[in-house]
Amino acid sequence: MANQRMTGAEIVIKALVDQGVDVIFGYPGGAVLPIYDALFQQDKVRHILVRHEQGAMHAAEGYARSTGKVGVVLVTSGPGATNCVTGLTDALMDSIPVVCLTGQVPTHLIGNDAFQEADTVGITRPCTKHNYLVKDSNDIARIIHEAFHVARSGRPGPVVVDLPKNVVVNQGTYQTPAQSRTKKYNPQVKADIARVEQAVELLAGAKRPIIYAGGGVINAGPAASQLLASFAKLTGYPVTLTLMGLGAFPASDPQFLGMLGMHGTLEANYAMHGCDVMLCLGARFDDRVTGRLDAFSPGSKKIHVDIDVSSINKNVRVDLPVVGDAAYVLEDMIKVWKSRQYRADEAALKAWWATIDGWRKRDSLRYQPSKDIIKPQYALQRLFAAIKGRDDVFISTEVGQHQMWAAQFIGFEKPNHWLTSGGLGTMGYGLPAAMGAQVANPKALCIDVAGEASILMNIQEMSTIAQYRLPVKVFILNNQYMGMVRQWQEFFFGGRYSESYMDSLPDFVKLAEAFGAVGLRATKPEDVDGLVKEMLDCPKAVIADVMVDKTENCYPMIPAGAAHNEIKLGPEGGVTSSVNDEGMVLV
Amino acid sequence: MSNPVNERRHTIAVLVDNEPGVLARVIGLFSGRGYNIDSLTVAEVSAEKTQSRITVVTRGTPMVIEQIKAQLGRLVPVHKVSDLTIEGPHVERELALLKVAGTGEKRVEALRIADVFRARAVDSTTASFVFEVTGTSDKVDALISLMMPLGLVDVSRTGVVAIARGPKPL
Repeated sequence: MANQRMTGAEIVIKALVDQGVDVIFGYPGGAVLPIYDALFQQDKVRHILVRHEQGAMHAAEGYARSTGKVGVVLVTSGPGATNCVTGLTDALMDSIPVVCLTGQVPTHLIGNDAFQEADTVGITRPCTKHNYLVKDSNDIARIIHEAFHVARSGRPGPVVVDLPKNVVVNQGTYQTPAQSRTKKYNPQVKADIARVEQAVELLAGAKRPIIYAGGGVINAGPAASQLLASFAKLTGYPVTLTLMGLGAFPASDPQFLGMLGMHGTLEANYAMHGCDVMLCLGARFDDRVTGRLDAFSPGSKKIHVDIDVSSINKNVRVDLPVVGDAAYVLEDMIKVWKSRQYRADEAALKAWWATIDGWRKRDSLRYQPSKDIIKPQYALQRLFAAIKGRDDVFISTEVGQHQMWAAQFIGFEKPNHWLTSGGLGTMGYGLPAAMGAQVANPKALCIDVAGEASILMNIQEMSTIAQYRLPVKVFILNNQYMGMVRQWQEFFFGGRYSESYMDSLPDFVKLAEAFGAVGLRATKPEDVDGLVKEMLDCPKAVIADVMVDKTENCYPMIPAGAAHNEIKLGPEGGVTSSVNDEGMVLV
Repeated sequence: MSNPVNERRHTIAVLVDNEPGVLARVIGLFSGRGYNIDSLTVAEVSAEKTQSRITVVTRGTPMVIEQIKAQLGRLVPVHKVSDLTIEGPHVERELALLKVAGTGEKRVEALRIADVFRARAVDSTTASFVFEVTGTSDKVDALISLMMPLGLVDVSRTGVVAIARGPKPL
């Protein structure tokens, strides 16, 4: 049976099966009809028919994030491929492993402006980790195996394989993953031990340490999160997480300071500002995290552990770069700490925690409760109260205020349960991502915390959800504004709400019904608990339309171009005044 | 925003798989991230391994140069990135073809200067020469500026190729 001849389309399917793929998300079209025909004649790979290719990409991302496996997408040439560009860029920014198979016009027509032709490898070159145009049926298997290897190794990312129609129609020879093993891409996972020893020595001598961890810890596998918890226990040091890193350290742990950054907690941001040794694990000093660069954590020695060399010294100069996979590095750090019998400086650490507890007491996530209108924070607190303690809950979000509130008010104990578009900030991400997570975890509770504006960007996926009877829950915090845009317009543009109010929104309850789902609505604070219960008890898909305060702003906030210690906790003192001209040009 | 005081010219050698799109990947990286390219050359150097060598001359602050190397290094078809400027002594050469048109005294003077620069005439007509010159970019620049008033009408330069001195390969 080895090396048997088969059509290119059959090779594609066999390669997917040998890569352990059980589900792909896709949409057929002319150039991929042979692959769809091969798909029809087998039962090992399940195909989920989305309603828009962008939905397929985000669903594959949700699948990948919630399982740690590579997500797979199959789309046609031209518009099929270009519709994937946003999802590919999203996966690149957030380091999500996805393999996207795109159809292409036959090789002899490439360059002729043929029907549904697009220069897919040209268009996707800057938004993929790598991409391939397959020109020979004999290369299909090798390239697909290599694509999976590239997507999941090192810093994960999206890979496109462009498959011209004649290449999938013609016969070729199959190669197994073992036969296609490549030497060419093998990133370093184990760090230089001397660097690790230096890092541990620096950390052991710290008086005001902080561990700042991000999505790299989650990408390093669940073991990395456990090792992070062990290292934190061993040292007693405080931990903060980036938006991407939520779940890498238990939110309920007393050593957890909450998320840091623009809408992070006061204690996390002040601790970053005032620390003397910072251990950055699999995070990349993003502008949403650092605030003004020249005022970022001015007095600290910085250790940066990252698998991607290009992330080190990109934004912030660090004192000790350590290149390696977070799990390997943490394992080595724990070994070194134990074998050298390091002890944290108890007195200094006690004083540091006392300072941190002082910041904590200011309760930076507090908000003005109301008896008459639903505060979005309140709605999320009630949702969290209802799901707390369950380990089968996956939360995705769209992008905007609701995303930040979800990050602040929903606690994650484990990695891979929080699915949000961090780097690219893609509105319309949450619904397909929750759908992908639900496909991967059929028994789990998958909730998309959404805004009424974002949800409309990929609302068509409700139809996919109906087709596969996926019990996805959509929890809309409906304030009838693009909330984050409105907030910035209030703070920085004199309250001129240019095009941020949405008139003529659909009736989301009826919309749910139109898609065969259940629609619920809450307009008063006392309705929220009932709505949440009904939503969670419902065996079907639900759209819950929660009418919240239209003008609520998301705090704490570090205005663009400001430093961590210039964080604003609420309207008192004003946000506007702290922004200078340089800050105004920042996003 | 840029601080020219801190900026320095670096010659970077990159060994890549000679596959379609590899040059576009490298150029796209430079344009997409806003790095400068002063010159760039590429050609296959190992037929059996199908590898090409790209020599890129760029400029930037130490932090930017470090980024450029790291970004190049993480491209999948890239095997090796070597910063010749900081990794020890190296030789840089550029080849240029200069077309000088004219007659009479200027024509004689052009030949005389070409001789000083060890440039060879590789084509001649009664009204023109094409000179071939090899050397550092500075030498080529110097010859170009001298030929300018003598009827220089066309220049074609290869850009810099470079290699480290001593027995070690890239």
